[in-house]
Amino acid sequence: MLLDKHGALCADSWRHLGDDEAAADGQAVTISLKRWQAERERWSDRSAPLGLRLPNDAAPAVIGEALDRFALIALSFPRFIDGRAYSQAWLLRGRFGFRGELRATGNVLRDQLLFMARCGFDSFEVDAERARAEDWPRAFREFDLFYQPANDRAEPILQQRLRSWQTAAE
Amino acid sequence: MYRYDEFDRKFLEERLVQYRDQVRRRLAGQLSEDEFRSLRLMNGLYLQLHAYMLRISIPYGTLSSAKLRGLAAVARRWDKGYGHFTTRQNIQFNWIRLEDTPDILAHLAAVELHGIQTSGNSFRNITTDPFAGVADDEIEDPRPYCEIVRQWSALHPEFSFLPRKFKIAINAAGEDRAAIKIHDLGLRLRRDESGEVGFAVMVGGGLGRTPILAQTVREFVPRRELLAYITACLRVYNQYGRRDNLFKSRIKILVQALGIEKYREEVEAEYAAMGAERAALALPDETVAAMQAQFAPPAYRDAVNDDAELARATAAEPEFARWIEYNTRAHKRPGYAIVVISLKPPGRPTGDCSAGQMETIADLADALSFGEVRVTHDQNLVLPHVRKSALYDLWLRLGAADLATPNIGLASDIIACPGLDYCSLATARSIPIAQALSQHLAKREETIGPLQIKISGCINACGHHHVGHIGILGLEKNGAESYQITVGGSDNAQAALGGIVGPAVAAHEVTGTVDRLIDTYLRLRQDGEQFPDTYRRVGLAPFKEALYVAR
Repeated sequence: MLLDKHGALCADSWRHLGDDEAAADGQAVTISLKRWQAERERWSDRSAPLGLRLPNDAAPAVIGEALDRFALIALSFPRFIDGRAYSQAWLLRGRFGFRGELRATGNVLRDQLLFMARCGFDSFEVDAERARAEDWPRAFREFDLFYQPANDRAEPILQQRLRSWQTAAE
Repeated sequence: MYRYDEFDRKFLEERLVQYRDQVRRRLAGQLSEDEFRSLRLMNGLYLQLHAYMLRISIPYGTLSSAKLRGLAAVARRWDKGYGHFTTRQNIQFNWIRLEDTPDILAHLAAVELHGIQTSGNSFRNITTDPFAGVADDEIEDPRPYCEIVRQWSALHPEFSFLPRKFKIAINAAGEDRAAIKIHDLGLRLRRDESGEVGFAVMVGGGLGRTPILAQTVREFVPRRELLAYITACLRVYNQYGRRDNLFKSRIKILVQALGIEKYREEVEAEYAAMGAERAALALPDETVAAMQAQFAPPAYRDAVNDDAELARATAAEPEFARWIEYNTRAHKRPGYAIVVISLKPPGRPTGDCSAGQMETIADLADALSFGEVRVTHDQNLVLPHVRKSALYDLWLRLGAADLATPNIGLASDIIACPGLDYCSLATARSIPIAQALSQHLAKREETIGPLQIKISGCINACGHHHVGHIGILGLEKNGAESYQITVGGSDNAQAALGGIVGPAVAAHEVTGTVDRLIDTYLRLRQDGEQFPDTYRRVGLAPFKEALYVAR
């Protein structure tokens, strides 16, 4: 099941195509990186929304100029301890300026949601049973202070602190 | 000393509420043990052989008297009355109940302590020279940088699920008392030709089953760029570090596989591409200055005749003189000394400290050391600023609490992990080996001079055996404990890994074997040589020979 950026359950309007599956006209679909690389021309002309599934051992830079072509990029956590997609998300949002939907898929657990959101993810595919049992929106509210600058643009503690010191000095 | 402000306190409160809820979900059956495991580990809670073990972070080994009293209270109320100081300058409590942990952490939060990231595949406690800020051979105080890195690395969104744990150490003195070459990332504070402060950055050091010393990625990173450069180092590791094999997942294996040149190339390319992110992570002078102000020296008094008084006292009392010789170090301020409190009375478990002892030390710190205490990576404690005129009084009061053993740096000042007495990873016991050795060697340790014996109860090497002058590794062979012995290791600026002297020996043979190795060293050493110096000069052969002859 799918959660939006607030942790609320939402419908998945995307169809995730297998590598030899055909897309229906006008249907929003995601395709694998492999398929994109092999059939680039064919997909470039399509007017319906297109999404990309990027495996977690691919550098985000491989997408290159085509980044704007995608309305969604799905990154993968094959096991929750495999944290490569955090860096991918960080770079896609922060360095390459990706503005579409960034979706976390795979072994996505509630207690990682906030880390993911700070890296730039804004939708989360989670296990159906877990989706119903857990209080997902709460995961986003657990912290409102952070020590690092991140893609959520929350002002880090260090900057807040310096500002409060300066105000005190004035 | 760094004090939490409203931001740090609120952050820790939020973390506590989160953890309390995680424990509640676990006890209610909403989280499986498998899922809960990674959550409890991120708060320092391990499941050991007999009970849960809670590891509390002591950032760069710095404690206030209030913190030490907080730890004493935990030992008394929720454990069996003692704690164990570790080689990561942390403390562990070995007899903890899961359901108590939220209350324990709440209790510790009140004194600005926590268990965040004392386990798990992320940044571990940042360590440094236990004499930081007071050593007379220091370029600049490393603690402000430790605190900056500590804050930046706390619950880092990108790097909390690295391939494996990640240990950072910072050294800022001529001598390396932080063992930076056995760390995933070692930072050596230095100045460049123009006098600007920055860091030499080393990566890929570590012990465990593949001991490797760190190599230099960059000779000089200006302090302004410190966080940005570390980010580049970590990002390359997060991307390429191995995740298919737990034993090959540390950064040292990646650096070894790529070669330091290729790793450096990747890091430099990433660093060059960082752009706006680099600006966001920059440490302008005013930020560093604001942090340095947190570590301002205490209100020292001017020295008056302290040395003459001290000389009289040591002349009158040889036991006191011995303690002064081994347990005190030069302080950069005239009239003051650094005092090392030994947690290694011969025959007792190394690094253990009772609640009563912690409270005594806290009281002494308040009375005689501006309320400050340090933890060393060799499992002792430090009172960093004691007036020389107060040393005699301090010695008497420490002695009354069994804390005045004059053995710092000597044979009975052994490093040992908890081993099979507690640890679920251990393959052999460490504590009884250390107890027997310290008791046996104490009698002649002054003749032997400086000697570092380090004992690990398994290949993971928490006892740093590879870099002991004499290293002892506990193994399990056909159901019996056996011990592999190495010689010539060292963890200082000339860091070296020890060489194996022969087949592993049984537990009851360890003391005799170590004796013969020490005898060989004493026979061969030349003036002023310590064990590693003699080893470098004569090699492994004479030590092997001594054991072979005995067999």
